[in-house]
Amino acid sequence: MSDVQVAVGATVEDRIAVASNWQLVWWRFRRHHLALVSACLLICMYLVVLCPEFFSTQNPEQTDARQAFVPVQTLHFFDDGWNPWVPAIAGKRDPVTLRMQWTTDPQRKVPVHFFTQGEPYRVLGLFSTNIHLVGAATPGQRIFLLGSDRLGRDQWSRIMRGTQTSMTVGLVAVTLSVIFGVVLGGISGYFGGLIDLVIQRLIELLQSVPTIPIWLALSAALPRDWTPIQVFFAITVILSLVGWTTLAREVRGRFLALREEDFVLAARLAGCGRMRIILRHMVPTFLSHIIATSSLAIPVMIINETSLSFLGLGIRPPAISWGVLLQEAQNIQTLALAPWLLIPGLIVIVAVLAFNLVGDGLRDASDPYSH
Amino acid sequence: MTRYILQRLLLLPFLLLVYSFVIFAIIHAPPGDFLTSYVATLTATGTSITADQINALRHEYGLDQPFVIQYLYWLRDLLHGNFGLSLEYQRPNADLIKEQLGLTVALAAMAFVLTWLIAVPVGIYSATHQRSVFDHLFTLINYVGVATPNFMLALVLMWVAFAYFGISITGLFSSAYVEAPWSMARVVDLLEHIWLPALVLAIAGTARLTRIMRANLLDELNKPYVVTARAKGMREWRLVWRYPVRLALNPLVSTIGGYLPQLFSGSLIVATVMNLPNIGPLLLRALINQDMYLAGGILLIYSFLTIVGTLLSDIALVMMDPRIRMET
Amino acid sequence: MPPIPTATEPLLRVRDLRVSFRMDEGTVRAVDGVSFDVFPSQVVGIVGESGCGKSVTMRAILQLIDPPGRITGGEIIYRHGATPIDLARLPPRGRMIRALRGAEIALIPQEPMAAFSPVHTVGSQIIEAIMLHERQDSRPVGRDQARAMTVELFRDVGISMAEQRIDAYSWQLSGGLRQRAMIAMALSCKPRLLIADEPTTAIDVTTQAQILGLLRALQHKYQTAIIFITHDLGVIAQMANYVVVMYLGRVMEEGPVDEIFHAPMHPYTRALLRSIPSLQTEVRAALPVIAGTLPHPFNRPPGCPFHPRCEDILPEHCATAVPALHSPGPRRAVSCFLHSDLAEPA
Repeated sequence: MSDVQVAVGATVEDRIAVASNWQLVWWRFRRHHLALVSACLLICMYLVVLCPEFFSTQNPEQTDARQAFVPVQTLHFFDDGWNPWVPAIAGKRDPVTLRMQWTTDPQRKVPVHFFTQGEPYRVLGLFSTNIHLVGAATPGQRIFLLGSDRLGRDQWSRIMRGTQTSMTVGLVAVTLSVIFGVVLGGISGYFGGLIDLVIQRLIELLQSVPTIPIWLALSAALPRDWTPIQVFFAITVILSLVGWTTLAREVRGRFLALREEDFVLAARLAGCGRMRIILRHMVPTFLSHIIATSSLAIPVMIINETSLSFLGLGIRPPAISWGVLLQEAQNIQTLALAPWLLIPGLIVIVAVLAFNLVGDGLRDASDPYSH
Repeated sequence: MTRYILQRLLLLPFLLLVYSFVIFAIIHAPPGDFLTSYVATLTATGTSITADQINALRHEYGLDQPFVIQYLYWLRDLLHGNFGLSLEYQRPNADLIKEQLGLTVALAAMAFVLTWLIAVPVGIYSATHQRSVFDHLFTLINYVGVATPNFMLALVLMWVAFAYFGISITGLFSSAYVEAPWSMARVVDLLEHIWLPALVLAIAGTARLTRIMRANLLDELNKPYVVTARAKGMREWRLVWRYPVRLALNPLVSTIGGYLPQLFSGSLIVATVMNLPNIGPLLLRALINQDMYLAGGILLIYSFLTIVGTLLSDIALVMMDPRIRMET
Repeated sequence: MPPIPTATEPLLRVRDLRVSFRMDEGTVRAVDGVSFDVFPSQVVGIVGESGCGKSVTMRAILQLIDPPGRITGGEIIYRHGATPIDLARLPPRGRMIRALRGAEIALIPQEPMAAFSPVHTVGSQIIEAIMLHERQDSRPVGRDQARAMTVELFRDVGISMAEQRIDAYSWQLSGGLRQRAMIAMALSCKPRLLIADEPTTAIDVTTQAQILGLLRALQHKYQTAIIFITHDLGVIAQMANYVVVMYLGRVMEEGPVDEIFHAPMHPYTRALLRSIPSLQTEVRAALPVIAGTLPHPFNRPPGCPFHPRCEDILPEHCATAVPALHSPGPRRAVSCFLHSDLAEPA
């Protein structure tokens, strides 16, 4: 009995002994169930990023003043078996404000189909199709899975498009930060001396200014006639201007610590060139750590983008991001009338939460000394 | 130690100089200048102005000078306490900023105090009761707190208060006191209103600080000096407060420098959403209206507040930690 | 070397002590049935490789085992005045054990560097201990008096310029001074039992000799009983009059120091003694080492824990049953099937 246990213990240790660093990280990461669930959620969100039109029910820009502030039409799946439907909406004009007031009527059912035909779009610019994940059974009929805004635009479809923008901003801004951070931090840590001093002072300077005011000022300085795409890239660059500093510090610290390590000395004594030492011996030891740190930087970028856009100085309409959507929720009277306008905020929270959980899981998993 | 403080104080003007240059570069970046916007405002109100008049004005304000000269003019004015004239309000920028500066600092200070008052005890509890129900609960709240943008929290609170209780929780004063001169009653009224925005502002910072406090204290609790203290026969809570907590606080103090910029960033957003008298919304309006000298003045104030706050926290750290004190 | 005291009643009597740590990977039995006695003003040396459970045993005596560790069995009887108390049953944060800690049983920890808080002066940490326990005219002593007592203690342990050093931080003192300050703290309330957990491992060799000399002198002066933990048999020979040899949480052999050194009974003790460099051995010969490595705590070998590395293994016994601690004579015990067939109940 116990002999068997010893044997099992031995094979486990053998497996660990030959596993690559990435396998070890994956084994440790797998143990964080919340992080694993979050990772799946993020993968789903990036599927939306790849093709938001497929998940939309209609054109996110389609306005209809007569269908303003339509409440959430909850998707039901069963009605005597598999028979998806949403409740119909019923409008009544308020005699005082003369505004249409909508309610849902669960008695009247609007049938809904999956993989239904709708507005045509191009997938990744490769081919055209008109298949949508979900849509009303009757062609042309509008359904509002997450309600509509003051212009009668479908919030569900707008959130899909906003997801594409916001998640991309986070990813691109962090990628830029990583490039700046690794290069500058690596230079700083590897060469030391005067270069190190200058870069360190620059980092301190950047880290000690309140970011939002400076970002606001920078994005206010963007020319008014820029296209949404240009603004989008300008905003990501602005966001990464401060984001790189944390990573640069991290990389520099690792370089300083590793420079003294015996295995680096051993590599040098074995006659390795400088680049080979950096790329083959030093970078792999902290790469997983850098990935963890950057995955923790993405949510910060997302919150910042959302805040800037919310204040009106980030992504600008007609481009749609989560922050742009939340601009619709700025007015308290409107919110009281249409609380579903806060849903994009909920999505921001969920996305940021998922990124943080994955980042923490990765950080723990990439630490070879953690248990 | 006195030498250290003096050194840091001497560095202060130099830092401000660097910031002022960067800020001037930023406010100078948008196409057109102060006068372009001014002319636009005048035309909008129906006043016409000739090209000659514009050029005369441009010369008068030194706008035809190179960038560096203009910067030096601006710097000279700043040193005389002259922040320029606001286009939108047609009033000296210095007055506009001064009116709201006190309440801006009060809000930030209040949020700061709340952050520490909540984070330190919660962090201590979580670390000393690791893996308990409340530890898990606090961890959950922290995750959500970090993930919630400031403005989102403010919006939800305002919406709940308005939709369910029919009250509006904007502003820092009841209507009776908005324009009233300062009095005891006005201070009390302020305190009745300021805690909610301060709390909103404090939540994200609290979540981060609690995590740091918990992690630091967990590290410290495993240190041999804790065993030594226990072996002396000290009471557990007294021991925890006197040794590990005291040591875990030091790295916490060193995070203040990084927290202040976040605090001011957050206060800008919360003040905008909740419509508070604050230099944050003033900056936002100035930027949107291209009122650039006002924006520059506010940015400079933000930098100044951050530098001074960081300086104070560094001095506190030196006073708290004998290891650093002896080195400096 | 002081003769073995002949007091009849032991000050501390440890019987079948068991401590285990419950981890995600499984339960580690760090201390697995340890028994020994400590008589008043006797120096007991506990020797064993790192990880053999000697430090855990000492912490168990003071109820200083941190979770996930737990005392799972056995008793630790301490003669407190006339009434014996079982320390193993006391709640770790209770008033009773706190009254004993520092006052009657004091600890000299392993790393003097980390054993003092770096942001409090060394003196303040000792003064605190004195004010906690010492009483005068049935009132706790005041700060000034405690300070004077600390200065006195510093002189006692050979710290020069005691008045200035008392206000120093631990990182301003040299390793030797730090350990002297630690000894001063441990002795501050005149304990009856002192637990010295490898007090000289982190110190350079010359200072080590001074510290050992100081401890011996103080032991004579105050007649304190000492449990001296070390992995260094040379130190044991200098300090102890009774020796307990531990391996993987179990006692292999115990007895008076002369008998352990001159007539070791357990193969493990013999192997340990062989690995001490000596003037008599042949020059340039390789020092004998114990074959094999210390097993991982999760992979405890079944049967006698030492059997995979033992030279005198009895294949039919050692791998299947755990030998019980057996007494071949007064104040002598060994757990090995070479000497007795007695096995632990399965």
